[in-house]
Amino acid sequence: MATTTLAPRAGVYTGRRSWIYEWLTTTDHKKIGAMYVTTAFGFFILGGIFALLIRSELAIPGVQFVDPETYNQLFTIHGTTMIFLFVMPMMTGLANFVVPLQIGAADMAFPRINALGFWMVPLGGLLLYSGYAVGGAADAGWTGYAPLSEQSGAGVDLWIAALVLLGFSSILGAINFLATIFKMRAPGLTLMRMPLFVWNTLVTSVLLLFSIPVLTSGLMMLFIDRNYGGGFFDPAQGGNPILWQHVFWFFGHPEVYVLILPAFGIVTEIVPVFSRKPLFGYKAFVFATTAIGALGFTVWAHHMFTTGAVYLPFFSFFTFLISVPTGIKFFNWLATMWGGKLKIDTPMLYAMGFIALFLIGGLDGAFLAVVPFDFHVQDTYWVVSHLHYVLVAGSVFGIFAGLFYWFPKMTGRMLNERLGKIQWVLLFVGTNLAFFPMHLLGLDGMVRRIVDYAPNPGWTELNFLSTIGAFMIALSVIPFLWNVFTTLRLPKTAPDDPWDGYTLEWATTSPPPPYNFDVLPPVRSERPLFDLKHGAVAARGVALPAVAGTTHDETRADPPEEVLGEPVEGHSPQAEAGDVQPGVSAAAPDAIAHEDRPTTATETTSSVTDVPPKEPKK
Amino acid sequence: VTADSQAILVPHVEDDPHAGHPAQGVNTALLGMLLFIGSELMFFAGLFGAYFNTRASALGLGQPWPPAGLENVVEPSIVPIAATIILVLSSGTMQLAVWRIRKGDRRGMNRALALTLIMGIAFLLMQAYDYLNFVTQDGFGINSGVYGSLFFTMTGFHGAHVFGGAVGIAVVLLRGMAGQFSARHHIAVEAVSAYWHFVDIVWIGLFATLYFLK
Repeated sequence: MATTTLAPRAGVYTGRRSWIYEWLTTTDHKKIGAMYVTTAFGFFILGGIFALLIRSELAIPGVQFVDPETYNQLFTIHGTTMIFLFVMPMMTGLANFVVPLQIGAADMAFPRINALGFWMVPLGGLLLYSGYAVGGAADAGWTGYAPLSEQSGAGVDLWIAALVLLGFSSILGAINFLATIFKMRAPGLTLMRMPLFVWNTLVTSVLLLFSIPVLTSGLMMLFIDRNYGGGFFDPAQGGNPILWQHVFWFFGHPEVYVLILPAFGIVTEIVPVFSRKPLFGYKAFVFATTAIGALGFTVWAHHMFTTGAVYLPFFSFFTFLISVPTGIKFFNWLATMWGGKLKIDTPMLYAMGFIALFLIGGLDGAFLAVVPFDFHVQDTYWVVSHLHYVLVAGSVFGIFAGLFYWFPKMTGRMLNERLGKIQWVLLFVGTNLAFFPMHLLGLDGMVRRIVDYAPNPGWTELNFLSTIGAFMIALSVIPFLWNVFTTLRLPKTAPDDPWDGYTLEWATTSPPPPYNFDVLPPVRSERPLFDLKHGAVAARGVALPAVAGTTHDETRADPPEEVLGEPVEGHSPQAEAGDVQPGVSAAAPDAIAHEDRPTTATETTSSVTDVPPKEPKK
Repeated sequence: VTADSQAILVPHVEDDPHAGHPAQGVNTALLGMLLFIGSELMFFAGLFGAYFNTRASALGLGQPWPPAGLENVVEPSIVPIAATIILVLSSGTMQLAVWRIRKGDRRGMNRALALTLIMGIAFLLMQAYDYLNFVTQDGFGINSGVYGSLFFTMTGFHGAHVFGGAVGIAVVLLRGMAGQFSARHHIAVEAVSAYWHFVDIVWIGLFATLYFLK
C-alpha cells in the first residue's frame, strides 16, 4: 500500500548540496532566524569594540587614544551598529525563529522575502563600515542631526544608504510578520490566545511599518541636500534644520519601542513558565502593548523640548501617559511571580535582571518627561545613562533571556547553566557599574559626544568606574561565547520541552523538523501545552513529545472526545516544506485526509498507533 | 515505517500553500501588498509633512509662499491637468482589468492592462516634459531653494512610484498574455491594481497641494 500520494515530488531533492549552498539559499524561517541571530551577535561584538574604545578614551580626562574626529566616528558607528545591526536584527531573528513555531505555522507567509530581508542586513553593515574606506565613516551621531550631517564627509552618504537598506529590510520583515500572524495561526489560536511574544512582534511590526518610511523620506531629503543642492534643512535656502529632528524622531521614538517591545515579549514568555503560574492579566498585557504602540507615535517631540519649536505640555503629557501601560506590565510581571514556584534558571535570571534594571531606565525616562528637568539634562550623560539602561539593561538582558530560553529549541542542545550564571553576574554588575555613574555625571552637567572632559571634582572617578563597567560587560560576553562554542560540540540531547513550557514551540522536536509540526495540539487557551500536559489529553497518544519529569494530573482516565487531537486544517507540512521527508511516502494512504472528508478523531489516533498510549496513573 | 511517518496527514490546501485558513478573509499575498502600501503611504506622509512644516515656517516668519520669484512657476497648466486626467482614468482602466479577469475574460483583462500601461507611460512622459520646461525655461530645479527641493522630491518620488507601478502592470500583462490568470487565480492583478490606485490617490493629493493650495 505504500504509495507516493503525498510526495508527488519525491526524488526531486536527491542531489546532495553542500551546507554552504544550503544556508545561502535557504528560505526556512528557522535557518534564517539563526542567521539573523548570528549576524546580529557579530555586530554586537563589533559595536562593543567601538564602545570599549570610547570608554577607554573617556577613562581619564585628556585626549589619549583617539583624536576628536575619530571619536565622532566611533560613537556614530557604535550607536548605529548597536541599534540597526544588533538589536533590530537580533529581535527579528528571534521572532523569525519563534513566531511561526508559537502560532503553529510551517513557515513565514513569504519565505523568500524573508531571506531577502535577511541578506540586506550584512549588506547594510558593509555599506555602513565602508565609510572607513572613503576617508572616514559617518560622524554626525546615530541621530544624524542637520546641519552637522549636511557638512560631514562621504561617510554620511554611506550611512544614509545603509539606513535606507536596513529600513527596507525591516519593512519587508514587518509585512511578513503581520501577514504570518494574521493569516497562518493554528486553528483555535485566536488573537486573544496568542503568546505575548507574538503580540509584541505584531505591535513592533506595525510600528516599523509606519515609522521606518518616515525616516526613509528624511534620509532622502538629507541625501538630496548633500548631493543635489537641495535646501530642506538649510536655512540659507529657506529650509529648516528642525524639520530633520521632526522626521527623525517621528521614526526614532517608535523605534525605541521597536527595540524594547520584543524584549518585553520575551520576558513575558519566560516569567510565567519559570513561576509555574499563568500570566497575571493576559488581557491587560495585550492592551498595554497596543497602547504603547499607539502612544509611541505621539511622543516624538519630547526629544526636542529645548528646540523651542514644539508644544511642550502636549508632548510632556503623552510621555507621562506612555509610562502607564509600561507600569501595568511591571505590576503584571511582579504579580505573575508573586506566590509562584520560582525556578531560577538562566533565562529567568535574565528576565528578573531585566525587570529590576529596566525599571531604572524607565524611571529615568519619566524624569525626562518633566520639561524643566529635561532642559537641565538635555544632551548630558543623564540621557546616555537612560538610553543605555533601557537598551543594555532592557533589550540586551531580554535578548540573552531569549537566547538561553530558546537555544535548546534552536539547536537541540542546552546551554551550560553555570557559565550562564557567571555571565549574568558579570553583565549585571558591569551594566550598573558602566551606566549608573552616568546619572551623576549628567546631573553634574557633563555633556555627551565630546572626546574630552574637564577634570572636575568627582568626574574622573565616575568616568573611570564607568570604563571598568564597560570592560566587565565585554568580559561577560566571553563566557557566553565559550558556552555556545562548547555546547555546539555536544550531542543533541536537549529534551523537546526542557522548561515545561506553555506555548506551541515546545510541542515539536528540538530542533524542529523543516516543516515544524507533525501535529498540533488543540488550542483552547493561551497555554495550549499546559492544557495538553495537565488536561489528560496526552493519554490518547497524540504525537507529541513525552514530557518527562513533570507532575501530570492524569487522573481523568477517559477524556471527552472533543479535547482529543483535532485535525489541523490548512496545515500541510509535506506540501509546504521544500524537502521531501523520508518515510512520509510509506504512510498508509488510507489515512490521507482531504478537505471534503474531515478527519475524525478516530482516524487521528489510528494514524499514530505506533506511539504507545500512556497509561493514566491511577 | 519510521518515526517520521507518524505524521497525521492533514488536508491538502492546493490553491495557496501559505494560506492558513484558505476560505477566510483577504488573500495573504494581497494582504502583504496592502501592508506595503501602508508603509508607502507613510513615506509620502513624511514628504507631505516636510512640505507643510516648511510652508508653515515660512508663513510664520512672514515670508511669502511660494518664495519670492517662484510664485507663478508651478501652475495648473494644460500639461499637468491632462496628465492628472490620464492618471485618474488609468485607475479606472486598471479596475476594469480586475473586473474582466474576475469574470474570467482574459482578453478583456489584457486589453485593459495594455491601455493602463500606455496611460501610465503617457503620464511619465508628460511629467518629463514638465520637468524639462521647468529646468530650461523657468530655471526651476531641485536646487532652487527649499521650494524647488520639495517640489521635485515629491513629484520625483511619485514619478518613480508610477514607474514601479508601470513595471508591475507590464509584468502582469505579460503573464496575462501567457494565459497565467483565470477567474480564480489572479491575485497578482489584484495586488498591482491596489498599488496603482494608491499611486493615483497620492498624485491627487500632490496635485491639489502643489498646484492649487501651494
